[in-house]
Amino acid sequence: MIKTMRISAAIAVLGAIATAPAVLGAPDSQVQASDVATSSPFPSTYRPRSDVDTAITNATILTATGVRIDNGTILMAKGRIVAVGKDVAVPSKARVIDGTGKWVTPGIIDSHSHLGVFPAPGVDGHADGNENIDPYTAHVWAEHSVWPQDPVFTKARAGGVTSLLVLPGSANLFGGRGVSLKNVPAVTVQQMKFPGAPYTLKMACGENPKGRYGSRGRAPATRMGNVAGFRRSWIDAAEYARKWDAYDRKRAKGEMAEAPKRDLGMETLAGVLKGEILVQNHCYRADEMALMVDVGHEFGYRTTAFHHAVEAFKIADLLAEQGTCVATWATRWGFKMEAFDAIEENAAILASRGVCVAIHSDEQRLIQRLNVESAVALAAGRRAGIDIPQEEAIKWITINAAKIMGIADQTGSLEPGKMADVVLWSHNPFSVYSVAEKVFIDGALVHDTANPASIYRSDFELGQKVGVE
Amino acid sequence: MTRHFILAALATSAAMALPGSATAQNFAITNAHILTPGPVGEIENGTILVRDGKIVAAGRSVAVPAGTNTVDAKGQIVTPGLFAVNTALGLVEVNSVDGTIDGRTRNSRISAAFDVQYGLNPASVLIPAARLGGVTRAVVMPDYDDGNKEREAPFAGMGAVISLGHESAMLYRPGIGMVLELGEDGAARLGGSRAAQFVQLRQIFASLKVQWLPDNDLGLSEADHNALLPVVTGKMPLVVIVHRAADIRQVLALAKEYPLKLILSGAEEAWQVAPEIAAMKVPVLLNPTSNIPSSFEQIGASLRNATMLKAAGVEIAISGNDAGHRVRDMRYNAGIAVSRGLPMAAAIEAITLAPARIFGLADKVGSIEPGKQADMVIWDGDPLEALTEPVAIYIDGKDQPMQSRGTLLSDRYKNPG
Repeated sequence: MIKTMRISAAIAVLGAIATAPAVLGAPDSQVQASDVATSSPFPSTYRPRSDVDTAITNATILTATGVRIDNGTILMAKGRIVAVGKDVAVPSKARVIDGTGKWVTPGIIDSHSHLGVFPAPGVDGHADGNENIDPYTAHVWAEHSVWPQDPVFTKARAGGVTSLLVLPGSANLFGGRGVSLKNVPAVTVQQMKFPGAPYTLKMACGENPKGRYGSRGRAPATRMGNVAGFRRSWIDAAEYARKWDAYDRKRAKGEMAEAPKRDLGMETLAGVLKGEILVQNHCYRADEMALMVDVGHEFGYRTTAFHHAVEAFKIADLLAEQGTCVATWATRWGFKMEAFDAIEENAAILASRGVCVAIHSDEQRLIQRLNVESAVALAAGRRAGIDIPQEEAIKWITINAAKIMGIADQTGSLEPGKMADVVLWSHNPFSVYSVAEKVFIDGALVHDTANPASIYRSDFELGQKVGVE
Repeated sequence: MTRHFILAALATSAAMALPGSATAQNFAITNAHILTPGPVGEIENGTILVRDGKIVAAGRSVAVPAGTNTVDAKGQIVTPGLFAVNTALGLVEVNSVDGTIDGRTRNSRISAAFDVQYGLNPASVLIPAARLGGVTRAVVMPDYDDGNKEREAPFAGMGAVISLGHESAMLYRPGIGMVLELGEDGAARLGGSRAAQFVQLRQIFASLKVQWLPDNDLGLSEADHNALLPVVTGKMPLVVIVHRAADIRQVLALAKEYPLKLILSGAEEAWQVAPEIAAMKVPVLLNPTSNIPSSFEQIGASLRNATMLKAAGVEIAISGNDAGHRVRDMRYNAGIAVSRGLPMAAAIEAITLAPARIFGLADKVGSIEPGKQADMVIWDGDPLEALTEPVAIYIDGKDQPMQSRGTLLSDRYKNPG
């Protein structure tokens, strides 16, 4: 029955996406429909910067494929990784950077950020991350709030961050769509949008939605109210998808049919039911995550990742079995009831039980130091008798984050053919002393501590006495 | 059922591991790489002798009396216990649960007279969590409650220094400083302008020269009046939370009119006025990772603030990432400051001896020197590294339990089944 639901929803949703072309009866509307997650009225205009081909030699390389290469070389050309290994031939025309004593990792990826939507300075005029006047705002898109001049993008780049998932806040049950960005200086958000990245839907369990709305005398006021709100919406979404499905069937048979009216929120939810929009569910407690897994089963969607998920360690096996990732911290705990059981060992326990786990930031200072946060998690694991090798732990802030964002085929690990998103670290990246000396995005050097004058300052910072890093 | 067995076993072993509430106050640590950070500096292959909870000797050739219990540090690093600043330890359990928060008041009659010593909760689960990060003493500071909009509250009140020792007296030294916030938030409580706040401060200080009057027009209660007397005479430090360089200059100017014993806190733009701060010998409590231009008074926030201040000769103490649950992050923050040029020895000092000195306790704690309380941590690596963990922690010479609510949760769930 679940399967039937999933299939019918998937078929039904095809029509939902084929918006204008379907109305016009374009024969290829279904082709366009299959593109729901990546097509957008706000298409990416990101263009990789051009730079010379580059080789980093003699470095310790953590590839994020579970491998550590000592005295290795990585070669980047035309924006892509060409080769990684001990015996890599370096073309004579390539820029060669001596990585002796230094470390190379993939570009750091933050799977949970609010840069741009809650930018600095944090003034009211900038607070664009939470459409918190209604718990059901699947219709809003974070990309319409991103301020590319947020000076923290540069600071994150200085911490090695090359890609990030910017999500709406967690005040609402359905917060809206998130957007994956390449962390490059830009004037428009389209210039930052990660090309081909799927859309994601932010959902939130627990204290935030029930607290936000219950205190205003409206639903949801309780956790059971939260779950009821989710279920009612998925019922609506399935119905919406069925209407479009019926319309598409008639069109396919050449019959006259009037297209149902588009609904932005339902389009997003229907995209989830089709499996093209990834679910990013803010959820702290183990019992709530287990319930949300069942809600997914009831309506035929799978949660890509539980975010924060501070109690995920209590249901590691369930999450492993579901193939649901966890994006979490190591150091944050106790700021509210549902975070009271957060432990530093969370990531290590999950990793040891086969769960795909990422260390995320959710804040402006932490995004600059996801490597140190991971080191805290590693040390806590070791204290608990769980010794995760560093070549595995680097996945927490690279390839696993990329999986959560649906871009793991393009970035997140150092493998030939992938985007050359690369960081050269002064020390072992898990050391507090480590500095991201050079950061490459698509093979272009976008941050270089050897050339401080080249470090980008946002428009906001011009003419102001800003701090040096 | 299996789980119950394991738990029972854990409980038993944990109880046994508790150091008999520290019979071992007379002992020696041998083969230690000691970062003192007193005048003798670093001691490799040293011995620390502890008697009655105090350090009696620390050096390369310390004679250990026969029959003394010894702990072999195996060449690992031993530091003084970390001394945290800007904490609310014992005043908060869960930030979002008001009933657990005692670090602030809406009472309009209690401002300067607010005294954290009466609100401390030794049973707080935050204490073992911080202690597992090597923290043995902490400055506990009051905060502001802005729930009462009618309340004009220039001062948050008085802080205290606590001990984080397991089953030992928590209050170590009350009345260690008066907290005053300036800048945007401070001014917001006094009509919304810095210009008003400095006028009011001068009026308050001037009013302290005469007897308190019940009908004074400053809104100052008698308790507040009396609490401020040691501040204007320089007997109690005035801890000023401030961010903008211009505001720091204004505070320094005020300290030239009154014999204030100033301590700056936050101070994100302090690097811009470092020579002036150094000239007045004013210490600074800061978080080196506070580099976000999160308001217009912190546009100059910099990862190098700690480094630049130290280079200018300013005494600094480094805090954690919040006042409670993340106090333990203070050593990582010190390490991050090192990555931006702060000398290693200065970073260690900024989380041990410097805060003790700033709060007038350097004769008791903050370093591994004869005569001091035996607050010490043995580390399995570089103490500033997040990859490093404490191996043993001593407070007043008592071996501390290596356990927190967090480690118990981990133990319960870390194995399948």
